Amino acid sequence: MTYEPVIGIETHVELTTESKMFCGCAVGFGAPPNTNVCPVCLGLPGALPVVNGRAVEFAMAIGLALNCSIAHQSVFSRKNYFYPDMPKNYQISQYDEPLCIGGYLDVQTGSETRRIGITRVHMEEDTGKSIHVGEGGRISAASHSLIDFNRAGVPLMEVVSEPDIRSAEEARAFVAELRGAVLRLGVSDAKLEEGSMRFDANVSLRPKGTEPFGTKVEVKNMNSLRSLQRALEHEIDRQAALLEAGDSVLQETRHWDEAAGTTLGMRSKEEAFDYRYFPEPDLVPVEVDDAWRDRVGEAIPELPAQARARYLEMGLDPTAAGLISRDVAFGAVFEDAVAAGGVSQTVANWLTGEVTALLRRSETPLASSPIDGAALAELSGMVDAGRLSASAAKDVLAGVVAGEGNPAEVARARDLVQVSDIAALEPIIDEVLAGNEEAVGKLRRGDDKVIGFLIGQVMRASGGKADPAVVRGIIKDRVS
Amino acid sequence: MAYYYHCRLMPVDIDIGKVARLARLALSEDELNRYRQQCEVVLEHAARVQALPTDGVTGTSHPLPRTNAFRDDIVTECLDREEVLAQAPERDGDYFLVPRILDEQ
Repeated sequence: MTYEPVIGIETHVELTTESKMFCGCAVGFGAPPNTNVCPVCLGLPGALPVVNGRAVEFAMAIGLALNCSIAHQSVFSRKNYFYPDMPKNYQISQYDEPLCIGGYLDVQTGSETRRIGITRVHMEEDTGKSIHVGEGGRISAASHSLIDFNRAGVPLMEVVSEPDIRSAEEARAFVAELRGAVLRLGVSDAKLEEGSMRFDANVSLRPKGTEPFGTKVEVKNMNSLRSLQRALEHEIDRQAALLEAGDSVLQETRHWDEAAGTTLGMRSKEEAFDYRYFPEPDLVPVEVDDAWRDRVGEAIPELPAQARARYLEMGLDPTAAGLISRDVAFGAVFEDAVAAGGVSQTVANWLTGEVTALLRRSETPLASSPIDGAALAELSGMVDAGRLSASAAKDVLAGVVAGEGNPAEVARARDLVQVSDIAALEPIIDEVLAGNEEAVGKLRRGDDKVIGFLIGQVMRASGGKADPAVVRGIIKDRVS
Repeated sequence: MAYYYHCRLMPVDIDIGKVARLARLALSEDELNRYRQQCEVVLEHAARVQALPTDGVTGTSHPLPRTNAFRDDIVTECLDREEVLAQAPERDGDYFLVPRILDEQ
């Protein structure tokens, strides 16, 4: 039987406010353990939380970017559970009256765009961070755990999608799109590896063409887009095999094991699954009037979907448009390069191809590499003017990334400038023609295909520096 | 208190041992019995309130007519780490140390 995956994703995004959600402790990755803590975020008796107004605006911005409506009134609730990284034994979250409700995000996979519903976006606080001590840092094999409460109370937004996602690839694209939006809004650094953006997926299968949902499994512990896709592919296969064998899927939470490439069922030592939500008595409701909402809405910059549409209009292919629109740094360099006269598709191809590969190899983010819009525009201009071949342009890019200077300097230093000077090329061409009488004869008899071979010979004789277009012209002149 | 013990209208069961375990409290049999009775009274009262007809009554979780009590996004001073860790039952260096959390299936 063919099964259709039904996937919903919960994404948590830490906000880059200065201070925490309910107290004045600093927000920041990498501070010494247990230094950004106070009576409020440690849940000491008598401490009272106060909402960070900026965090509310950031949350509204996310909601508006995801086409949600903003509730006129929303309230905070206590979500009660026992876990060592939760000093208060409850998390302040939102429950039945969240800030943002009912939106959507358009997601592109390949050339197809699908609209994924957003159930809600709500505000809450992050928990502390646990380090599991023992075999491989795995929670299940740990002998004990160490807790750092610096992260406890950091403003955290939870974005809940509708179960509209139908493949692992689409799940990955959804998260990538959401991440792109959050980055463009500037409300989070959304670093997957540092955990400032995290996601859990609910996965179930149903026979293709049927409506009712199957039993869902929650998959956790994926910390890259690649591991999200791998984990979901694995989980979809696992459930399909169970159903195919006539077994049933157990409703449970499974952890993705990156090294083993499998999901593992987990059993909690605690059984408190009833969160006993109730309104947080220490915090008054949040009221958003139209004026406030509109003020936040007006400050929202161009989002990936809008940038993508604009890039498509500029003539970019959908893959390049998608990649560049989702990455703030790439988007900025691309825009600068085109504004400085670079050819859009050429610049896009370099960014998504050669530049990405070079940066990955040197493990440098684009923003701190010497590649900028001016460099790409200059390079594009040199190729356009026939001063660089396409392959020489790649060498020049490598030189620029390696910090050897701007494109013109690198091209000169690496001796890559293309020779289009007729006087300089004629002797080389004449020599090649003299040495290839048979090919020249064929060309004279009208066999045009052979000209490519002759151009290739000239390129070789010139050490790859001859301008093929000029060479073609001269050969045609000589032979006619 | 004694008065309430004698007019229990709605018997409510509570697994006091489980509550104690979750709260990491080591209680004696005597204490368990005492706290069970006290908690039962509280729960009974809650059950009595819950049974009242409240259709059309507005919730009073936030009785003050106030909204939007915000603070500015400004960093303030934190506690001293040594002072904080001194409250922990166990520590390892600069971290709180806690027993293992999950078992493998």
